[in-house]
Amino acid sequence: MHSTNAGVVMDKRELELKSIQYRRSILSIIKQANAGHTGGSLSCVDILNVLYNNVMNVSPENFHSPTRDRFIQSKGHSVEALYVVLADKGFFPPEALDSLNKYQSDFIGHPTRKINGIEQNTGALGHGLPVAVGVALAGKKDNLDYHVFTLLGDGELSEGSNWEASIAAAHYELDNLVVIIDRNTLQITGRTETVMALEPLDKKFESFGFAVRSVNGNDVTALVDIFTQVPFEHGKPSLVLANTIKGAGISYMEDNVGWHHHVPDDEEYVLAMDELNLYEEKWRIKHGTYANG
Amino acid sequence: MALMQMGSPNLQVFADTLLDLGKEHLDLYVVTGDSRGSGKLVGFGNQLPDQIVEVGIAEQNLVGISAGLASTGKLVFAVSPASFLTARSLEQIKNDVAYSDQPVRLIGISAGVSYGALGSTHHSLHDYAALLAINNIDIVAPADNFETREVIRAVVDYPRPIYIRFGKKPMLDLYNGNATFKIGKANTLLTGTDVTFIATGEPVSRARMAADILEERGISTGVISMHTLRPFDKAAVFQAAKKSRVIITVEEHSVYGGLGGLCASLLMQQGLCVPLKIVGIPDEYTVSGSQEEIFTHYGISPEGLANTAEQVLRNS
Repeated sequence: MHSTNAGVVMDKRELELKSIQYRRSILSIIKQANAGHTGGSLSCVDILNVLYNNVMNVSPENFHSPTRDRFIQSKGHSVEALYVVLADKGFFPPEALDSLNKYQSDFIGHPTRKINGIEQNTGALGHGLPVAVGVALAGKKDNLDYHVFTLLGDGELSEGSNWEASIAAAHYELDNLVVIIDRNTLQITGRTETVMALEPLDKKFESFGFAVRSVNGNDVTALVDIFTQVPFEHGKPSLVLANTIKGAGISYMEDNVGWHHHVPDDEEYVLAMDELNLYEEKWRIKHGTYANG
Repeated sequence: MALMQMGSPNLQVFADTLLDLGKEHLDLYVVTGDSRGSGKLVGFGNQLPDQIVEVGIAEQNLVGISAGLASTGKLVFAVSPASFLTARSLEQIKNDVAYSDQPVRLIGISAGVSYGALGSTHHSLHDYAALLAINNIDIVAPADNFETREVIRAVVDYPRPIYIRFGKKPMLDLYNGNATFKIGKANTLLTGTDVTFIATGEPVSRARMAADILEERGISTGVISMHTLRPFDKAAVFQAAKKSRVIITVEEHSVYGGLGGLCASLLMQQGLCVPLKIVGIPDEYTVSGSQEEIFTHYGISPEGLANTAEQVLRNS
């Protein structure tokens, strides 16, 4: 099992509350900026929540340590989810996100290293995995036991660079590399299977040399369980096929391609916040009150 | 002046220098895409097998992996034929290296028309233009063995992304051992009042030989090795334009977007309207032949450059 978080490791109940909080923040900053990738941020936020709060050994305090775990978000357009989680982890004050997409702000619509906590500039698709392979290879060369996590969208798997990097990951037996596919089955034009069919994805990655596990990517409990198992096989890179729902958590956004980068209007925003409030209320009735909620 | 001696291929000097540096710096890594033979890196691979990373024929991955390695503080030399490195993986250079500020040393081997008759798929006549339009990547084309050795040594401590390109044929030694080299600082080989050649990369030696021809014809000729295209030594260009009646730029690159265009643009904006001729590969797929034959065909030869200089002087 991968050794985890240097700071506070959240339990599953805390993570569930965090996911609600993060969804509120994502919608809030997108609404204020009047721009953002709503659907994709909501589909991947539970993955980021679990990585940063339960799995990865990375924090503002150790961010420049050579032994920290690395996270590279290849699907850079879902940066709002990453910003919200990094702010919550203390990499920068949450109010800094008020400048999202504003003139002269460093908080632009894709990750850049100008922002504390971000490892690599991304945005153009198919770039995260090759870089992550390089970082993982360096870890092997240096005999450091950090892990490299990279989050890919499913639509970007059409980019050939991913498959070049997959060959190399297997060739160099990078079992310190964990590739996560945000498999929400939608890309901007429509279903991935209609635009450019990807299935059977598990078999494709297995044949490229990955140890593959599927998981419900919007279930923090399932995600914690799966990440505690990495590497899935000694000597093989791990691939987490995270089955998610685009727009997860907001009923009228879920599995709706129209929300790829749609910004909620005033009415939609109130509806979304009401849904999250109601969800949290029910959660508290079921589980009791958590101090940090 | 002393007769210039024929040296080694810049490629060989690069490989020898890199091997020496690799032995000194255990965090120096070479990343190669099935090109250790064409990069003369077999010796490096045999002697320092833990410091060479093979990625197969996959240039995008080569640059991405190099950026990842560099992000951990390693001294990374990404080595690939210039044609593929700066076209196939241009987006990786732009985003993963330059924009992400990962100090990868990108080495374009067999640059320009070094591959000769292998044709345009293997020529890199676009690389200066492409990379000059991308922020945060420096560009160096050493002219001879000295410049090659010096630039490779200099980039061990270089904090920024940099692209270095050279060919594979033996080069004339342009210096007599007492020269200095600094990235971003042009080297003046000769000063002249009639014409100054401002050249970069391997055509510098042709310009230098052209100067000897022109001197015999009574024409005072200057030669500048503009080995660095970014950061660019503007002062050297302005000084040459003030000293000489005409300027001729020479490069193993398209006449569009490279050294010539840069000089013309800077001179005009400085208000220095000196007659200027850009010598390079015109806007066409090159004639077939060896590097030398292609050079001669397009006037990048000692005689061709001397004739061009005389013609420009006559018309000025």
